[in-house]
Amino acid sequence: MVKKKNSGLTLKFIPFSEISKLDSLERIKKLLDIILDKKVVILQGRLRPEEETRLIEDTMIMIDKIKGFKGVELEVISGDSSDQGFFEKMRQGLAKFISGQQDAITIIGPASVVKEMKKDPGKLEVMVN
Amino acid sequence: MAIMILKNFAKRMFGIFFSKKKEIRLGFYGPPNAGKTSLANRICKDWTGEEIGTVSKVAHETRNVQFKEEVEIKYKEKTLKFKLVDTPGIATKVDYEDFMKQKMKKKEAQKRAKEATQGIVEAIQWLDDMDAVVVVIDATENPYSQVNITIVGNLVARKIPVLVVANKVDLKKADVKKIEAAFPDYDVVGISAKYGKNMDEFYESVFKLAKKA
Repeated sequence: MVKKKNSGLTLKFIPFSEISKLDSLERIKKLLDIILDKKVVILQGRLRPEEETRLIEDTMIMIDKIKGFKGVELEVISGDSSDQGFFEKMRQGLAKFISGQQDAITIIGPASVVKEMKKDPGKLEVMVN
Repeated sequence: MAIMILKNFAKRMFGIFFSKKKEIRLGFYGPPNAGKTSLANRICKDWTGEEIGTVSKVAHETRNVQFKEEVEIKYKEKTLKFKLVDTPGIATKVDYEDFMKQKMKKKEAQKRAKEATQGIVEAIQWLDDMDAVVVVIDATENPYSQVNITIVGNLVARKIPVLVVANKVDLKKADVKKIEAAFPDYDVVGISAKYGKNMDEFYESVFKLAKKA
């Protein structure tokens, strides 16, 4: 009997506590390992801006090195309303920096699995291949 | 006599180190096909008569960081000297098959994809070398894309002043207000780099930006 391979979508939820003690390189490696396994990461919180660019850099290097890997789709949705004032954001800034902005959710998936993500301030649509 | 020579020497050295007009490194960042090179070309043509690079409808036309040095821009009788740094569009994915849809042959498409990925890495590595940055966004596209947020977030983290440009206002679908709503803490200027629309307001904002650099 031939077993049909399950090609369904796999989501992996990562609580912020799982990456909070890792340094930037370890965080990115952990996320990319899951993505290369063709799983979609749902991360509680968000990466720091410089970690996001590092993730993009490492992704580009991997596109060159790994056959069939086309990159990632990445979006962050947070509880912040876009029209929140500057001073309110400043007030919350330090607390968020320490906590990794846990009211945010980061979704990262391999581009071969996630076709597109559309974000408006209040909602995020994820289209899969 | 010796004192005079010494005085003149000191004056000249002081002039070299302190009065030489600083060249402001102005970067152009944004996603692919937003019109970064079109805008850099417009500025270069306005002030030097030459272009900085080629433009195309196919994404990732700019795959290397390209410069134009000593670009003197005049605004209201003031002159500032810039080094314009046009960067490849930043994206999170590059698929050579997308280029094949634009009637490119497989080998050529793969080569372009490889160069595009390297260009993105190069663009990110240049972030630290900018004095000020113009983030160019296609005003017909959704401004809430994470690439835009990541670019602006990185500039803020590096304390680099930012000007947001909503390009392609000549197109019907353009929505500058949506871009202003997405970036409420930044100066947003709506322009058409292709047709040179609203460039006066753009240069005014660039001078304001240069003051913060």
